[in-house]
Amino acid sequence: MRFEGTDTYVATPDLMLAVNAAITLQRPLLIKGEPGTGKTMLAEEVAGALGVPLLQWHIKSTTKAQQGLYEYDAVSRLRDSQLGDEKVKDIANYIVKGVLWQAFEQGKPSVILIDEVDKADIEFPNDLLRELDRMEFHVYETRQTIRAAVRPIVIITSNNEKELPDAFLRRCFFHYIKFPDKETMGRIVDVHFPKLKQNLLREAMEVFFELREIPGMKKKPSTSELLDWLKLLVAEDIPPEALRSKDRKTVVPPLAGALLKNEQDVHLFERLVFMARQNR
Amino acid sequence: MLIDFFLHLKAKKLPVSTREFLTLLEALKEHVASNSIDDFYFLARTCLVKDETHYDKFDQAFGEYFKGVQHVPGLEADIPEEWLKMLMKKHLTPEEKAKLEKLGWDKLMEEFKKRLEEQKERHAGGSKWIGTGGSSPFGHGGYHPEGIRIGGESAGNRTAIKVWENREYRNLDDTVELGTRNIKIALRRLRRFAREGAADELDLDGTITGTARNAGWLDIKMRPERHNKVKVLLFLDIGGSMDDHIKVCEELFSAAKSEFKHLEYFYFHNCIYDYVWKDNRRRHGERFPLWDVMHKYGEDYKVVVVGDATMSPYEILQPGGSVEYSNEEAGAVWLQRMLDTWPRAVWLNPEPERLWDYRHSIELIRSIFNSRMFPLTLAGLERAMRELNK
Repeated sequence: MRFEGTDTYVATPDLMLAVNAAITLQRPLLIKGEPGTGKTMLAEEVAGALGVPLLQWHIKSTTKAQQGLYEYDAVSRLRDSQLGDEKVKDIANYIVKGVLWQAFEQGKPSVILIDEVDKADIEFPNDLLRELDRMEFHVYETRQTIRAAVRPIVIITSNNEKELPDAFLRRCFFHYIKFPDKETMGRIVDVHFPKLKQNLLREAMEVFFELREIPGMKKKPSTSELLDWLKLLVAEDIPPEALRSKDRKTVVPPLAGALLKNEQDVHLFERLVFMARQNR
Repeated sequence: MLIDFFLHLKAKKLPVSTREFLTLLEALKEHVASNSIDDFYFLARTCLVKDETHYDKFDQAFGEYFKGVQHVPGLEADIPEEWLKMLMKKHLTPEEKAKLEKLGWDKLMEEFKKRLEEQKERHAGGSKWIGTGGSSPFGHGGYHPEGIRIGGESAGNRTAIKVWENREYRNLDDTVELGTRNIKIALRRLRRFAREGAADELDLDGTITGTARNAGWLDIKMRPERHNKVKVLLFLDIGGSMDDHIKVCEELFSAAKSEFKHLEYFYFHNCIYDYVWKDNRRRHGERFPLWDVMHKYGEDYKVVVVGDATMSPYEILQPGGSVEYSNEEAGAVWLQRMLDTWPRAVWLNPEPERLWDYRHSIELIRSIFNSRMFPLTLAGLERAMRELNK
């Protein structure tokens, strides 16, 4: 199995290599990068390209490692016992399978996405070390051991809110998705808008990368914002001339709201435009 | 195989472990990457480096190690691929490099032809034949000051070199000093510092679950409560070259203010003596005796001093050494008194860490602070906060 990128997702050679290393050596792949660079998308695309099911586990601040394995639903069992339900005698009826368990019992390759692992408690990655290493765990309530027949491909994303423990990092491959350069960005846009007029694209990209260069921006526009903006430009049928470079510095580009999502950034940008206009 | 490369990374202070190195070898064995140096660079990075803050260091180390592998355009020769397969990479010490005979270009071509004629078999290592990994001027993957590169994916080679030579990840290095760019991350680390500390509260969910598991018998569960109980005293060196750094620090701590239970700040100049002040414009009118400050804020306060600690040693060691007024007791006495009052204290220094050894006054203050002086960088801040939490 090899991942070569897909029709809808542009993967740089270094990213492809990291994914293939993770697939071949069956180790988890940890992905970091600026927001909006397609970290979560990657897992979906890998699963799609390899034609295997994708199991997603979105992490919140309250998520516990145990929930990925299984949960014992004690409250329903208590209720059932009050009602005298026959089910109550078998504890296995109250074991709810987690994402890892579901992946382990697939019997064929699958992709597990552990999204935003840094949202969870600091101990969370440590609690999963053995499970991800050996791809097996023990269910105490029913005294059975769940083991993966085929090791799933594990893709983990992080937004850098917390540092991850060293022991965990040592077991992963790591890749940092860097913000795409102009050429890669052109390919990404191509994939999403195959029929976009060349000159509109060129002008739009210039505007976009100039915006990103403005110092002191609180939230720089990312790939997903560019794509949204292009979608709007196309929908509104904005001519390329509207983005023309000679007055770019002195006019707020049309529909800039799709790119700048922070009030302070909008103010900052308007002030810059205003100053540029005065200097002319 | 490649052990020298691994040790080289280690020597460059990259946190690489044996396990990761073995993973890299395993990946090479499984042919995850092709034999180009380009792929090898990406593969080594994905296996060995686990934090983008280390990417820059890795790029530099990698560049240094593989400097010998260069592409010479305009030379094509028909040589069996097999000879050129990467087998090993040989690292030479600078002395060995110097020893290598530097052949001139014409002579090199001549030698090359001659050896092509002589050579019949595949050859690796050694220093005369064409092959891989040796220090002969011919072949690739080895080192020779004026080597000719044959085969290998030389076009790809350049693009990877571009990556590591451009050092695109420099901005992500966490040893650069704090600025507006990385202030957000610094803030996050500060917050984490502030959130620690524990007390007990009733865990309602836990109690219900526990009771259910207990088949209806009440089972009360408690859990540690998370709230802000960290109190911080900030002493800032103001005046002269320090002002920019102080501004960053003030912004940083005031942005994190809501996370602390108490945050108080005071200014001083160069070294701390009898008085500190809160408003720099009225520094001579409105002063606070340090004794009062020590009595007012108890020992549960954590102290962060920000200053470059660069001054004449007299200002620390001698009574009357202050540049501003005649102080009765030496700065060192006051610093020691502060540390006695607030045992948990750190000194953050915006001067680069490598310069510390050259300044006598920095040495002095460092020893008074028991080496608890940290650079004003993300990494330094992190270490300082860890120290304060001990």
